[in-house]
Amino acid sequence: MTSRNTNSSGEPSRGGRGNKYDGGTLLLRNGRVVDPASGMDEKADVLVRDGVIDSVASGIAAEPGGRVMDLDGKLVVPGLIDMHVHLREPGREDEETIRSGGRAAAAGGFTAVACMANTQPAIDNAGMVRFVLNAAEKTSPVRVFCVAAGTVGLKGEAMTEIMDMRDAGAVAVSDDGKFIQNSEVARRVMEYCAMAGLPFISHCEDQYLSAGGVMHEGYWSTVLGLKGVPAAAEVAAVAREISLAELTGERVHIAHVSTGGAVELVRQAKRRGVPVTAETAPHYLVLTDKAVCGYDTSKKVNPPLRSEEDRERVLEGLKDGTIDVIASDHAPHCEEEKDVEFAAAAFGMIGLETTVGVAMTLLVRKGIVPLKDVIAAMTVKPASVLGIEGGTLAPGRRADITIIDPDLEWEVDPSKFASTSRNTPFKGMKLTGRVVATMVAGKLVYEA
Amino acid sequence: MKGRKHLLGLEELGREQIEQILDAAQSFKEVLERSIPKVPTLRGKTVANLFFEPSTRTRISFELAEKRLSADTVNFTASGSSVSKGESLKDTARNIEAMQVDMIVVRHSASGAPHFLARSLDCSVINAGDGTHEHPTQGLLDVFTVREHKGKIEGLKVVIVGDIAHSRVAASNIWGLTKLGARVVVCGPRTLLPIGIERLGVEATSDLDKALEGADVVNVLRIQLERQKSGLFPSIREYSRCFGLTRERLSAAREDVLVMHPGPINRGVEISQDVADGPFSVILEQVTNGVAVRMAVLYLLSGSEVEPKPE
Repeated sequence: MTSRNTNSSGEPSRGGRGNKYDGGTLLLRNGRVVDPASGMDEKADVLVRDGVIDSVASGIAAEPGGRVMDLDGKLVVPGLIDMHVHLREPGREDEETIRSGGRAAAAGGFTAVACMANTQPAIDNAGMVRFVLNAAEKTSPVRVFCVAAGTVGLKGEAMTEIMDMRDAGAVAVSDDGKFIQNSEVARRVMEYCAMAGLPFISHCEDQYLSAGGVMHEGYWSTVLGLKGVPAAAEVAAVAREISLAELTGERVHIAHVSTGGAVELVRQAKRRGVPVTAETAPHYLVLTDKAVCGYDTSKKVNPPLRSEEDRERVLEGLKDGTIDVIASDHAPHCEEEKDVEFAAAAFGMIGLETTVGVAMTLLVRKGIVPLKDVIAAMTVKPASVLGIEGGTLAPGRRADITIIDPDLEWEVDPSKFASTSRNTPFKGMKLTGRVVATMVAGKLVYEA
Repeated sequence: MKGRKHLLGLEELGREQIEQILDAAQSFKEVLERSIPKVPTLRGKTVANLFFEPSTRTRISFELAEKRLSADTVNFTASGSSVSKGESLKDTARNIEAMQVDMIVVRHSASGAPHFLARSLDCSVINAGDGTHEHPTQGLLDVFTVREHKGKIEGLKVVIVGDIAHSRVAASNIWGLTKLGARVVVCGPRTLLPIGIERLGVEATSDLDKALEGADVVNVLRIQLERQKSGLFPSIREYSRCFGLTRERLSAAREDVLVMHPGPINRGVEISQDVADGPFSVILEQVTNGVAVRMAVLYLLSGSEVEPKPE
C-alpha cells in the first residue's frame, strides 16, 4: 500500500500539480490573514520561500531580491479547495477541459479541485485515474484531485477496482450524478472504500421519486407546470447513506445538500457519532425554486433549487457546522444544451468563478455567516474530508494561497469566464468581493 | 391589453385585462353571427400556427379565428416537418419568423416552450397549450361561457374535476376564475392534485359529492389513460366510480348548474353520456365561443386599430 498524502512540505503523493517555484522569496505584506485551521485572523505578513510557507508573523522584513506584494485591505487565506467539480475531460471537451477548468479554478481562487468521475468514458479504472492526473499535471494551473467511480460505468451494478484506483491516485470514490439505487451494492462499495481508506461521496437521490422531475416539487412547480422532484427524494437517500455509514463504518460525505430534511438527518447522525460529513453549493444557499420563473434554464440543476424554507435550513446547517463544506458542483454545459425548452435542458451550473464573490457578497457582507466559517468550508474542511494536504497557512506547508479583495465590486459577465462554458445562474449579478491573486506552491497562477 | 405583445398564460394578466378580452370576444361573437362572418381587422398580417403536439379543436379554432379576421395563415405540424429531422424548437421558429410572420400560435408538449420562443423571437407569441403549464385561450373561453350564462363570475362556485396535476386547462381556469372572484374547488384523486395547489387560492378535495354541493359550474377534465400506466390511479373503472360525473351526483349541484368539458370526452369515464348530452351541458357552446375568444386575443395582441364595430 502506498502511503497516503503527505502532510509535510513535500510534493503530494498523488493528484498534485508540480508547479515548481521559480526561486527566491515572496513577501505578502499587510494583508488580513485568515487561517481557520489555526484560528488566526489578524493583520500579518506571510513569507514564502521556495514554494513553501516560511513564516507568518507581523513585521517580517523583505529579503534582498525577493518580491513583495503589499496587500493592505486584502484577505490572505489558504488556497481554496473545491472538492466537487466536473471537468468533462475526457469526452466533452467542448464543455470544459482539465486545462480550462483548471484556469477557471485559478481565476476563482481555487488552488485545488476534486473532479468527479462522470466523464465519457467514466473514471472507473486505474488507467482513467492516471489519465486525468497526467492531463492535470501537464495542463492545469491548479492541483487536480481525482474522484473515482464506485461502480463500473456508474451503472450502480458491479463494483470498480477501488484499491487499484486508490493506488493510481484517486482520493475519493463517488458515482456522483447518480445514486447507487441498489443498497447492497452501495454497502459493498462503502466496505471497499473503508478498506482502501477513501471517503465515499454520495449523490443522494431516490431516482424513483425524482424520475422525470426538472425542478423542486412545490408551489412553483405547480404554477409553472413542470414536473417536480420532491425534497423526499434527497432525504430518503440521505437516510439510507447514514444507515450504511453506521453499518460499514465508512466515512460518507453527502454531496450538494439541498434540503432541510437532509440537514436534519446529518445533524442527528453527527450527534450519534456516525462518520458522516456534508457539503452544499452556493446556489442552494442563495437561490430558491422561485428563480425558475420564466423557465430560465440557467436555474436548472440537480438537485434542484429548493424552497425558501429549505434554503434557510441549509444555511442554518452551514452556520452550526452540520454542513462542513461549500463546493460549487461546477457543471459546465454548452449553449445548445441550455438554450432549449426547460424540460429538455441539461441539469447543472458552473460555479468556480462565482463561488467566492457570491459567498462574500451574500453570506459574509450581509453578516449571515462569519468570514472564517466560509473560508473554513472551502479550505481546511474539504482538505480534511478528502484527506489531502492543504487548507492551511501553517509554516512548512506548501504555499497554496488565495488573495481576496473583499471590497472589489464587479458584475458577473460569463463572456469573461476562463471556463469554456457560460451556464451560470448569476449572470449580471453585482457582487462585492473578488479573488485578485491565486498561487500554487508560491507561483502565481492567476492575478487580476 | 395595450402594449402587451404575448399571451403566455392567464397568471400574468390582471382582472381588467381578462375582462377586456371577454368584452372584445363578445363583439366578435356578434361578428360570427353575421351572414358574412368576417372583418378586415388583421388584413395583411400573417399568423403561423405551430402545433408540435396533436390538436384538432384548438388548431381549427385558431385557424378559423385568424381567417375571420382576414389574416394570412400558415400551418405547421410536427409530424413530417423538420422537427422529425432533429431541428431544435428555436431553429424551427426562427426559420418561420424569417418568413416575415407577425404572430405565432404555439402548442408544445414542454411547459414554458412559448416563453422560450417569446424570448428568442421578435414576433408575438400566443400560447395554445404548453405541457402541463397553461392553455390560456381555453381558460378564457371557459370563463367567457360561464359569464355569458351567469352574467358574472364573482361569487360563483366552480368545481374542476379530474387530473388537476397534469391539466393546463385546469391551471388557466384557476387563474382566470380566481382573478374574477369565483370560488374554485378542485377535485380529483390525491395523486392527481398537485402540491401547493391551495396557494393558488382554491380549495382541494377528493370528495366529489361534497365538492358538488351548491356548485354553479362543473368543469370536467379528460382523464388520460397514460396516467394509469404511470401508476397514478389503479383503474379506469375505479376512477370512474369515484370521480365520474353522473346525473345522480349532479343533483347535489344547483339546479341551474353548467356542465363543461374541454374535450375530447371519454364518454362513460369522467362524464356519463346523459350528462355530456344533457340539458346542463354547454360543451358545444364552449367550442363556438372558442373562435370568438381567439379572435379577441389575436386582435388585442396585434395592436390593430381596426375596431370590430357591430354593423
